[in-house]
Amino acid sequence: MDDKMRQYWSRNLRYMAMLLTVWALVGYVFSIFLVEPLNAFQLGGFPLGFWFAQQGSIYIFVCLIFAYYFLMQKLDKEFDVHE
Amino acid sequence: MSIMTWTYIIVGLTFSVYLGIAWASRVADTKSFYVAGGGVPPLANGMATAADWMSAASFISMAGIISFSGYQGCIYLMGWTGGYVLLALLLAPYLRKFGKFTVPDFVGDRYYSDGARLVALVCAIFVSMTYVAGQMRGVGIVFSRFLEVDVNTGVVIGMVIVFLYACLGGMKGITWTQVSQYVILILAFTIPAAAISMKVTGSIIPQIGFGSTIASGPDAGQHLLQVLDKINVDLGFAAYTTAFGKGQKPMLDVFAITMCLMVGTAGLPHVIVRFYTVPSVRAARLSAGYALLFIALLYTTAPAVGAFARYNMVKSLNNVSLAEAPSWFKTWERTGLIAWMDKNNDGIIQYRAGAAFAGKPTFAAAPGADGRMVLTNKPTASENELYVDNDIMVLANPEIANLPAWVIALVAAGGLAAALSTASGLLLVVASSISHDLYYRIIDRQASEKKQLLLGRVMIGVAVLVAGYFGINPPGFVAQVVALAFGLAASSFFPVILLGIFWKRANKYGAIAGMSSGIGFTMLYIIQTKFMGVAPWFMGISPEGIGTVGMLINMVMTVIVSLSTAPPPVEIQELVENVRIPRGAGEATAH
Repeated sequence: MDDKMRQYWSRNLRYMAMLLTVWALVGYVFSIFLVEPLNAFQLGGFPLGFWFAQQGSIYIFVCLIFAYYFLMQKLDKEFDVHE
Repeated sequence: MSIMTWTYIIVGLTFSVYLGIAWASRVADTKSFYVAGGGVPPLANGMATAADWMSAASFISMAGIISFSGYQGCIYLMGWTGGYVLLALLLAPYLRKFGKFTVPDFVGDRYYSDGARLVALVCAIFVSMTYVAGQMRGVGIVFSRFLEVDVNTGVVIGMVIVFLYACLGGMKGITWTQVSQYVILILAFTIPAAAISMKVTGSIIPQIGFGSTIASGPDAGQHLLQVLDKINVDLGFAAYTTAFGKGQKPMLDVFAITMCLMVGTAGLPHVIVRFYTVPSVRAARLSAGYALLFIALLYTTAPAVGAFARYNMVKSLNNVSLAEAPSWFKTWERTGLIAWMDKNNDGIIQYRAGAAFAGKPTFAAAPGADGRMVLTNKPTASENELYVDNDIMVLANPEIANLPAWVIALVAAGGLAAALSTASGLLLVVASSISHDLYYRIIDRQASEKKQLLLGRVMIGVAVLVAGYFGINPPGFVAQVVALAFGLAASSFFPVILLGIFWKRANKYGAIAGMSSGIGFTMLYIIQTKFMGVAPWFMGISPEGIGTVGMLINMVMTVIVSLSTAPPPVEIQELVENVRIPRGAGEATAH
């Protein structure tokens, strides 16, 4: 693997790490580990932790995949490896 | 027109659409048969993946399960969606670039070992067969509930339909029927949900109604979830939104099960194989996004439906006499999905925490004095008098909301679409594991295209027959083995594929040691706790969540054994470098 490709790969890994951190944060930290303290706050008629667990996390999961798609679109073009 | 007439018309129409699509997309080569020629547009693949993924259980049972478990329903909601993030970021693009036909293809080639290929194909068959038996049963049950035909007749009708379109069109036929099945199932789920939301909260969008105030009646103006919390506590349950209340799972277990379902989702062969069908790496990334978007439409609606249904059920059935009970109670009592045993003989239905009686309801032949149905089950000591099956929360929704007959018929067609689409995707995995992975890759590398295709079709027939047999004679352990399916996928495929892509140093000894120890531990634990009555001994984690631990064991073993043996050959390391770069994905190839 030449230098350019190594750079491409490390950028890809950085994007993944970033997005998976958000994934773990909403899916596990907000929705499970911190659900009780978060339930003290209200989001409209929802206790906040409950909302993350049954609604919010799913919306954010969808956004994460599309975010990765757009980031990688740009990255592939930048390094001229797009199809 | 009666409900029955509408149901025959709508179910008949949808079935002819499926068969029409199958005829239009019939195939003559293995590439079309296994991966739809690698030419499915991302949007269509997203829909097909969503239909493939959402089974009869997601459609019929999930909202009910959530309505009984409150907050902890999040295990399924997040567990069965969060895995797509892993799939989209960690697996799908690279597997698409690799570009073969099946999951055992990747495992066998990346780890340059027919032993690893064999382990992978046995797992793929086991996981898929476990799943598909439940789907066939689901088809039979939907038929029997809506069309009043025998469950077994329903299973046979389902078998014939699936066989016809899977055999004719292979993956291509399955993909395009799944697209139409998605449209039907999502309409059938969201139309009644919107109507129920309108009725309870005045908001037509269930996801918003879920957090809104109740529109009318004695609780008008209060937030639905607050009312549900109060109802639950009054009846002796943990509050609806409370996280780890009495009688519920502890935090660590909720975490382990959610993780296991997510990782298992990302490792399920019938899901992964869908990403071989798109034309490029870019399309694989995009179609994962569409797939989750389409799944999220149902998965964010289901918890709202669960909450509305619970409110409706308690309000209309608790502390009322049989004469005051709504008419849907009597309709559905006949199916045994709901039943009332007047244990204190006061003529009033009492709904409380705990089981009303032992087992599923069995009714005496003769009705009681006032025409009520009499149960022969053994009563329990609890004050609860009402038996409610999970499934009724979705099935009775249209009647609870007073929707017209055609909507009820649409729900029937939706349930069938959900079951058939999942069954067909799984059957193709079973057929391709045998005809492609076992026969072509291991036994006869010289087999002609024509011979492979014929064998693929024959194998679909065999798989349909086996699945149908289990649908008609369901083994008592189907519910238990679903835990096994996710546990195995989590502890075998996911870590091996992940390390295969992200760690060049992973070699065949590591992979075989990792897979066998991960699967071995997971199977042992599930067999001990599910079949031998041993208490969950590993940190109190239930068998449903133990795949998380199995996955970690697999990873650790793969790393240790790989590091202490020779690195993989140069051409394998080059293969790994190659899958990391999108350009040159081309079409899926057999060699």
